[in-house]
Amino acid sequence: MADYSLTTPLGGDDVRQLKAGDTVKLTGTIYTARDAAHKRLVDLIDEGKDLPIPLEGQIIYYVGPSPTPPGKPIGSAGPTTSYRMDPYAPALLDRGLKGMIGKGARSDAVVDAMKKNTAVYFAATGGAAALISRSITSAEIVAYEDLGAEAIRKLTVKDFPVIVAQDCHGRNVYEEGQKKYAK
Amino acid sequence: MREIEASRIAEEVARLCMEANFELEDDVQKALEKAHDAEESPAGREVLRQIIENSDIARNERIPMCQDTGLAVIFVEIGQDVHITGGDFEGAINEGVAKGYTEGYLRKSALADPIRGGNTGDNTPAVIHTTIVPGETLKLWVVPKGGGSENMSHIAMMKPADGVEGIKKFVVENVKAASGNPCPPIIVGVGIGGTFERCAQLAKKALLREIGSTHPDEFYAALEKELLEMVNDTGVGPMGLGGRTTALAVHIETAPRHIASFPVSMNVNCHAARHKYIEL
Repeated sequence: MADYSLTTPLGGDDVRQLKAGDTVKLTGTIYTARDAAHKRLVDLIDEGKDLPIPLEGQIIYYVGPSPTPPGKPIGSAGPTTSYRMDPYAPALLDRGLKGMIGKGARSDAVVDAMKKNTAVYFAATGGAAALISRSITSAEIVAYEDLGAEAIRKLTVKDFPVIVAQDCHGRNVYEEGQKKYAK
Repeated sequence: MREIEASRIAEEVARLCMEANFELEDDVQKALEKAHDAEESPAGREVLRQIIENSDIARNERIPMCQDTGLAVIFVEIGQDVHITGGDFEGAINEGVAKGYTEGYLRKSALADPIRGGNTGDNTPAVIHTTIVPGETLKLWVVPKGGGSENMSHIAMMKPADGVEGIKKFVVENVKAASGNPCPPIIVGVGIGGTFERCAQLAKKALLREIGSTHPDEFYAALEKELLEMVNDTGVGPMGLGGRTTALAVHIETAPRHIASFPVSMNVNCHAARHKYIEL
């Protein structure tokens, strides 16, 4: 297992080198979106309309942060469960999305789209939201403000800690890790 | 007859909603520390280390340990000689929830309509479970419950012939299928018996019990222990990355059942197992 530090946006070479189980520190810009925002993005794609955020080379973080307290850039901001975004993720990967951050395993359809588009799925530690928020230096709502916690935010992150959960070669840390410790 | 002001209930609920989200209870904290020291998987140990560090940050900075600050689930036992004055009981609880979630910068996750949506704006209404008991005290448990773990919960209307083996299979298979989704290490509340709705409520109530406590009935205490070992033998591990700590506890609650029915339920709680208790 290797350790990497990567800066967004990601290119194909950045993604290809990553193997399930590697740890990565992400720096740069990432976008947030969860259930309701994904539905809106995919509806726009289906209608052939422009999207409110760029997807090429970008990373989407599945998070709905708690409200921002005074003096902080963002509230607590840990990952939400990713499988709920599985119906929408392939359409975004086909539009150039290179990375997703969440928790829990992805569907076969998402894995196929990750292989086809050379994309990676990262996991952050669920429930470690206060710790994770320390690596977010700024947050700005860029679309769907009406969705509140589910609005799309542009985050600036520094050394945001993730693990490669599923890589673009079809390897999966959940299957491999669990097999090793099952009795 | 003892009088309790509705405004006092609201104040306490507001405070407990915030404290529950900022301060992990000692029983959970200790169980996590023990799990960290015993965990064989390096990835699992790192996850547990992050969870413990996260709990310290949340406690010291008074910020939510998890961004999903939950729906406010509230269990109340009201002594029959208590008279609530100056407002209505459920109104006071909801007033407290609204105040706690607003002043504590907690996330409002309540949608007014399950299909058509619309955030209620203050995380009300709370999910309130009330029982009337003898005496003149009011006992209140505030249990903010996140969606990720709640989604991995199940109920099965089994055949009486399925027996204990059926229960074990039901729990273990569902923990395996849930994998990393509910933020393991989890706490599994198991309800056995009752009717359909009573069974689900038993599983939720089982989550209130302190980690490390054992069931008062030896038969169920042994079953809890066996289920915990079986769940940990799945290898799911912290956040599903593989490891020996999948659950911190399995708690069972039971109720008498119909001769034809054998309802079994499991309610899953994440490692951010928030619960606060007060007696008024």
